[in-house]
Amino acid sequence: MTATAVTVNGTRHELELEPRELLVFVLRDRLGLTGTNVGCDTSACGACTVLLDGESVKSCTVLGVQADGAEITTIEGLASDGELHPVQQAFHDHHALQCGYCTPGMVLAAVSLIDHGDATDEASVRIGLEGNLCRCTGYHNLVQAVLSAAGNAA
Amino acid sequence: MSATETHIGAPMKRKEDRALLLGQGTYVDNLTVAGQLTMAIVRSPYARARITSIDTAAARAADGVVAVFTGADLRDDWKSPLPCAWPVTEEMRSPEHFPLAIDEARYQGDGVAVVIAESRVLAKDAAELVEVSYEPLPAAVEVGASLEDGAPLVHTEFGTNECYVWKLATDDVDDVFARADVVVSHTYYQPRLIPNAIEPRAVLAQAGPGGDVTVHSATQVPHVLRFGLALVLGIDEARVRVIAPDVGGGFGSKLDVYAEEALAVALARRLRRPVKWTEERSEGYLATIHGRDFLTTYELAATSDGKILGCRADVKAAMGAYLQLVTPGIPLLGAWVYAGPYDIGAYSVTFTGVFTNTTPTDAYRGAGRPEATYVIERTMDRLALELGLDPVELRRRNFITEFPKQIASGLTIDSGDYVASLDKLLEMLDLEAIRADQAARRERNDTVQTGVGFSTYNEMCGLAPSRILGAIRYAAGGWESATIRFQPLGSVQVVTGTSPHGQGHETAWSQIVADQLGVDPAEIEVLHGDTAVSQHGLDTYGSRSLAVGGVALWHASQKVIEKARLIAAHQLEVAPEDLEFDGGEFHVKGAPQKTMAIKAAALAAWTAHNLPDGMEPGLEETAVYDPPNFSWPGGAHAAVVEVDTETGDTRLVRYVAVDDCGAVVNPLIVDGQIHGGVTQGIATALYEEGVYDDEGNLMTSNMTTYLVPSAAEVPSFELGRTETRSPTNPLGVKGVGETGTIAAAPAVVNAVLDALSHLGVTDIGMPTTPERVWRAIAEAGR
Repeated sequence: MTATAVTVNGTRHELELEPRELLVFVLRDRLGLTGTNVGCDTSACGACTVLLDGESVKSCTVLGVQADGAEITTIEGLASDGELHPVQQAFHDHHALQCGYCTPGMVLAAVSLIDHGDATDEASVRIGLEGNLCRCTGYHNLVQAVLSAAGNAA
Repeated sequence: MSATETHIGAPMKRKEDRALLLGQGTYVDNLTVAGQLTMAIVRSPYARARITSIDTAAARAADGVVAVFTGADLRDDWKSPLPCAWPVTEEMRSPEHFPLAIDEARYQGDGVAVVIAESRVLAKDAAELVEVSYEPLPAAVEVGASLEDGAPLVHTEFGTNECYVWKLATDDVDDVFARADVVVSHTYYQPRLIPNAIEPRAVLAQAGPGGDVTVHSATQVPHVLRFGLALVLGIDEARVRVIAPDVGGGFGSKLDVYAEEALAVALARRLRRPVKWTEERSEGYLATIHGRDFLTTYELAATSDGKILGCRADVKAAMGAYLQLVTPGIPLLGAWVYAGPYDIGAYSVTFTGVFTNTTPTDAYRGAGRPEATYVIERTMDRLALELGLDPVELRRRNFITEFPKQIASGLTIDSGDYVASLDKLLEMLDLEAIRADQAARRERNDTVQTGVGFSTYNEMCGLAPSRILGAIRYAAGGWESATIRFQPLGSVQVVTGTSPHGQGHETAWSQIVADQLGVDPAEIEVLHGDTAVSQHGLDTYGSRSLAVGGVALWHASQKVIEKARLIAAHQLEVAPEDLEFDGGEFHVKGAPQKTMAIKAAALAAWTAHNLPDGMEPGLEETAVYDPPNFSWPGGAHAAVVEVDTETGDTRLVRYVAVDDCGAVVNPLIVDGQIHGGVTQGIATALYEEGVYDDEGNLMTSNMTTYLVPSAAEVPSFELGRTETRSPTNPLGVKGVGETGTIAAAPAVVNAVLDALSHLGVTDIGMPTTPERVWRAIAEAGR
């Protein structure tokens, strides 16, 4: 067991982790933050995307112990005072989700893309979200939502 | 202003979104209960192998392990094998299928033992310690080869891999083909597809002290699952409660009674603790049903001026190793639509179900109808080429134009306007500019060539009239149930038998009921997916929810209004027929100041102080709707591609779709269904292919080797709509869940072939990968 301290959505947690525990299971099983979903076991789908020190990462590619000292934002930490984050709001406005399972990861990937100034046009959004799979929406409305949240709607 | 019909047709944003956007989805794996155990399945690494021994001692001794069972250990827990609900012929060969294999594993991934431990990680660790000795056997893999003499047998007791042969034909087919000016014939293989709902399957079973069982499952079909589990485990159906909470997509893959669901219940009962199982994605590639795997020869007979006289399909459909819930019926779901939207008099389809040592197939988006549309639309292009006709013109010449139309396969298409959809498509497409670009590229020998492909289609959905299902030997009906209940203070609860997993029923059902009752959609709560709440239903698949379940809501609404009318008439002291209902209020004809709101009638029904003599208190009605016909969407799609003739890479540059799904309740949701459906069809054409090697090893065994498209692989879509109301139901609706997937694949493949036609390429397999394109060009040039 390895002592690990992580700050998740502003709350500091001191944990004793097995070295093999993936960050996504630390979030889900130890902290009860089930908003971060698991969609694959090959780091292909992006459903588990969170922000780690502001960068979007697939939390299945990070060991919990590697997150020692990090600040993590999960989907539960995005809205404030019941107000949806602008990206969440744009997803709602543009019907950018159906079953909702990829949505937390997709929203956080989009937040990061927009924060980096990389959601400038349709092509950049499509390439920027390449690591996040959605099986329901065909991405059309997702791309519109991200462009709209970025202030770059056509 | 009339307050009726103000929500149907409006792009209302979804009620479902907020919780999902906040990360508060209730997916099964998010649920943890006290005392919960986790199970892990030990699966066969071989496609076919005799199980000679299983040593579970090391696993039993491992940390945190509660129990380990083999197939033999659990044999007596099963009162019936896992159900197949569709024995399509009387003679169909139906193998016994238990949740764990006992003597022989029959596909890679077939479960052979189960480990139950205190946590997911401990269960997985211990599963590695189960020692299974196998004697590998040769496997039947390819659908065509598995029927040949000497092929390894999946079920030796049958002496053949043929599961069934099913035929439907008009008497004149052979004559028509013999005397036709032109016959085109071609054989197509449609690869296996792996559905890939982004939420993997999951189940949590809890057994109560009195023998009752509560099962949370990531399922599309809680009602069917309740029935199936009751059969398999020999439990009274009334003691099984199935809950489908938020479900993360299905596309048919969660329309089943799965081994793991039965195992979780059996083990929860044995161990008297809750048992949970969550599929890992790569495990799901083996353990969750696949789609397609059809080898089809399709023929069209026509006159020299392009009038099609006959069609004939001979289909070999892979069943996989066992029959899941509706495995054998999947080809039949397309059996009546092998003439597409065309007026073709002579008709023949023959389906041969084939056992193979592979993951069982079952419903995947479109289920039988994409398989039909693909071969029709590919062959339409071949016929056009043969006749020297424009492919669009050939389609137009053969469209059914008068409705209702009894088609040669025997069913009646209630309404449609295929010409209107095609006209609208052409209006949006600017075909002239595409053809000019194509000509210019050909002229200058551009390495990148342009092609345009078409697909005009219809489908039968809205499953289904129960009598027809009975006639084709399906075990259940096709009706749907709805209950509408006014609460005393005027809010409304709607209980539906449909079970959404992304389709937005809570929103759309609210829109329908709001318009009927004249209440605000926000005042309506839609309850679903829990057999204790929604006692009767047949769930969500086959684009049935709106066309059957939505219509049931309409009927229940009318019953509620009629009861409320009697209450209002009684209290206003007028005859019921003197009341008009509009905008949530009853008005006395000719005395519009005399009114009673339906909400007031609801309160009166609850207090029961002053009801008509003999009336039962409460304002709640149930309707069960059995559709008299299927519903018949249709439309016209076109794909524009650019193909790099040096690398074989295909880029889809435009996708234009005009769909007619009847009346539209929520255009946002309808467009979303088409976007998603089209994307799955595009993926079929360009990217996705489940591949087994000769020994039955799944080569595309995870998300890195099987290409589920990302946003970077598809373009934005150009959608148009024509609207032909269905005369079959009062809402005029048809269904839209599968149209995109049905239409898209042939449009894209036809476009690729169009781009390469000047190079002599006339055929290409799906998906049209760079390698296949490159080889097709190389072979044509030889």
